[in-house]
Amino acid sequence: MSVQATIESKLTDQLSPLVISVENESHKHSRGENSHFKLTVVSEVFAGLRPVQRHQKVYGVLGDELESGVHALAIHAYTPEEWQSRGGEVPASPNCLGGSKHDK
Amino acid sequence: MSTTLDTIKEQIENNPILLYMKGNPQMPQCGFSSQAVQALMACEEKFAFVNILDNPDIRAELPKYANWPTFPQLWVKGELVGGCDIIIEMYQSGELKKLISEAAAS
Repeated sequence: MSVQATIESKLTDQLSPLVISVENESHKHSRGENSHFKLTVVSEVFAGLRPVQRHQKVYGVLGDELESGVHALAIHAYTPEEWQSRGGEVPASPNCLGGSKHDK
Repeated sequence: MSTTLDTIKEQIENNPILLYMKGNPQMPQCGFSSQAVQALMACEEKFAFVNILDNPDIRAELPKYANWPTFPQLWVKGELVGGCDIIIEMYQSGELKKLISEAAAS
């Protein structure tokens, strides 16, 4: 299973999302083909959680992936109500500025 | 001798507005750090930053302490606010400016 499919299946199993989208954005960066993903997750489990706690929930599900090559996740986590009031729109992710050249 | 964890705790305790980032505000080295620092600068208050590319020990230790695997990380009054996505969303909703102004005033 591809990294993208694994991420999607783990989040689907553990967060019961109404909407889920996993987009591979690695081409915008310089760390290989499975390094950067953009996630949009709409789920009831986020209700009552501050943004930082919502992201920690997602990071908790994807700990193995973050240990093994996934470098960064752009996370957009909404409750169904918030998703509806946004009209289903998600902000764009930035492009790479080359920081990985500092890594030996 | 102080450990890396002591250093991190001291930084977070002593700087009410603190951004851990890749590069510095004038020359960010990552698109996510760049967006985060721009949003923070738009709040027009003084803030501290740590360039984690120059501090590999902090880069290795902070994610465990924070329960947050990536950078940038914005800390306000001793609490993790979040990374780039959260900073941008809070900036757009006006919450970031409010939070930063309050932290600067206290």
